[in-house]
Amino acid sequence: MADIQLKDLVKSYGPTEVLHHIEGDIQDGEFIVIVGPSGCGKSTLLRMVAGLESVTSGEIAIGGTRVNELEPSQRDIAMVFQNYALYPHMTVRQNMAYGLKIRKLPKADIDRRVEEAAEILEIKQYLDRKPRQLSGGQRQRVAMGRAIVRDPQVFLFDEPLSNLDAKLRVQMRLEIRKLQQRLGVTSIYVTHDQVEAMTLGDRLMVLNGGYVEQFGTPIELYDRPASMFVAGFIGSPAMNFLPVTLDAGTASLPSGHQVSVASGHSGTATLGMRPEHLTADPDGPIAINVDMLEQLGANTLIHGRLDGTEHAITASVPGHAHDGIGNTRRFSIAPDLTHLFDTDTGKRLDS
Amino acid sequence: MLKRVHFPTSLLPYLLVAPQIAITLVFFIWPASQAMYQSFLIEDAFGLGTEFVWFENFEVLMTDSHYLDSFQRTAVFSVLVAALSMGFALILAGFAQRVVRGAMFYRTLLIWPYAIAPVLAGALWVFMFNPTLGIFPYFLEIIGITWNHYLSGNQAMLLVILAAAWKQVAYNFLFYLAAMQSIPNSVIEAAAIDGAGPARRFWTIVFPLISPTTFFLLVINMVYAFFETFGIIHAVTQGGPGTSTTILVYKVFNDGFVGLDLGGSAAQSVVLMALVIVMTVVQFRFVERKVAY
Ligand SMILES: Nc1ncnc2c1ncn2[C@@H]1O[C@H](COP(=O)(O)OP(=O)(O)OP(=O)(O)O)[C@@H](O)[C@H]1O
Ligand SMILES: [Mg+2]
Repeated sequence: MADIQLKDLVKSYGPTEVLHHIEGDIQDGEFIVIVGPSGCGKSTLLRMVAGLESVTSGEIAIGGTRVNELEPSQRDIAMVFQNYALYPHMTVRQNMAYGLKIRKLPKADIDRRVEEAAEILEIKQYLDRKPRQLSGGQRQRVAMGRAIVRDPQVFLFDEPLSNLDAKLRVQMRLEIRKLQQRLGVTSIYVTHDQVEAMTLGDRLMVLNGGYVEQFGTPIELYDRPASMFVAGFIGSPAMNFLPVTLDAGTASLPSGHQVSVASGHSGTATLGMRPEHLTADPDGPIAINVDMLEQLGANTLIHGRLDGTEHAITASVPGHAHDGIGNTRRFSIAPDLTHLFDTDTGKRLDS
Repeated sequence: MLKRVHFPTSLLPYLLVAPQIAITLVFFIWPASQAMYQSFLIEDAFGLGTEFVWFENFEVLMTDSHYLDSFQRTAVFSVLVAALSMGFALILAGFAQRVVRGAMFYRTLLIWPYAIAPVLAGALWVFMFNPTLGIFPYFLEIIGITWNHYLSGNQAMLLVILAAAWKQVAYNFLFYLAAMQSIPNSVIEAAAIDGAGPARRFWTIVFPLISPTTFFLLVINMVYAFFETFGIIHAVTQGGPGTSTTILVYKVFNDGFVGLDLGGSAAQSVVLMALVIVMTVVQFRFVERKVAY
């Protein structure tokens, strides 16, 4: 059993508070991804769980036990670092065995575990090499191996794939996911890549400026983003935002047209529409002056401005589209696919 | 492939290196060749006549028990100076790295001894250990140890070792600190997560990773102990009592300028020169290859 609780967690460096009252319950065996822009406090939060940063206030509990005061070594965790942090003077085998030796496991046990992990990660043939004789991807595997031989309660990953090339990143991403499902170890994974976050996580914690914007499954985040920040961060291409005036289930666009929305609010608000939810419709209310087309093969991105305004807007239509630069194209959107946000606070306005 | 840079024929490059070459010629090549030449001569006691004797001076040296004793003494001295100052510097660097507040302050203080001239450093230790006035002999007396390095050869040796090592600690400290700071923090953190406590982290991770620095410092410290401790010894013991702190470099001075055996002294300095060349070569070969890890 290794669930993790974060209770009212605060981190300050001197007078500056960088993490503000973080709350989160992580179930046993869950894969949690912490995602957010650079500098939002992802690494800091992870390192607090690891015990590498002190807790200013609040509590971290692993498996029901408060660990605030415990040393990293006493928390039964393993961590994979962005730069792998392998011991450069030790062979792959020694790297993986280091933690086990400290735990004074019998030699035969250590050998068996190292061999097993090497087998799983397909690094058996490199066991007697030094880290500097390995490629980035191989080092990454060794770092994973060093984590799994320990058989810890929790895995922590700090952007473990960001030094790999795009293709390897996709491959390793799948492997990490498979490995985690196979071992069933509770994991926290930090990344700033929203695609990585969406594909890996059972649940995502979106951090922004030290606040948790939303904590939920990828689908929840996509379907019901709790704030404009989450809405803009999750999904690619990013969601369109337009200032609107609401009145009895309709929103008046800056262009003067009306879009029906599933909301009873009135007054000004921000309307969010995902590009892939805009459907071409000759009578639709959303008129776009097309500036540029981006052909992606399966679909085409139409970049333009809302007719008569300078509001940038993007639509994604299936298939190829060739004509239209300089023309006006019209779109409509289903009311239940629209999102409304409070313009001042950025919070979602619920219907 | 070597890339050749062609300068247009001009005086400028020669002018630019001229000062360096002049200094090397006047202060190194010329005296060194003089010493070489001297080492082949025997001068009579009154300095009236000299005789060219080829290697006789060297032959005498190799059978001179005083010289061989001095060789041994120098070996002990330099090994102890190197070990003491490097060991102490290593400990200091280990702690200095963990200091968060006021790190600059401590580091500056630790570097100061390096800026002190050897003779002054020696004088400092002479005062502290003066058998009648010094503070340390006073304390030692309390725990029943009588300190008089003017009488006890071993105590004198201990004192010059301490003084020489102390002076070199700052230099070693700087290099060790830099080496430790170049180890990525995450490697240390990974070891902490793996369950290694501070001491184990130091011995199994930090120490092996700074081994190239240790090797480099070892050579530097040996050279220092062999050659640059002259000032300290001159100020503290003048090679005495007897010859108990007369290391090779001091013996060169003593035999040449006090004993006026210029030929013998020159031969000794040629031997020393050969030693330093060997050490430098070893140093360069290994530094390039790095001590393997
Ligand atoms: N030792 C420190 N002292 C002061 N401020 C710090 C310290 N470490 C981090 N911070 C601040 O805390 C905030 C969060 O840093 P953190 O490293 O957690 O960001 P991150 O989300 O991991 O960013 P990235 O994606 O770039 O790695 C940053 O604003 C940073 O400036
Ligand atoms: Mg980070």
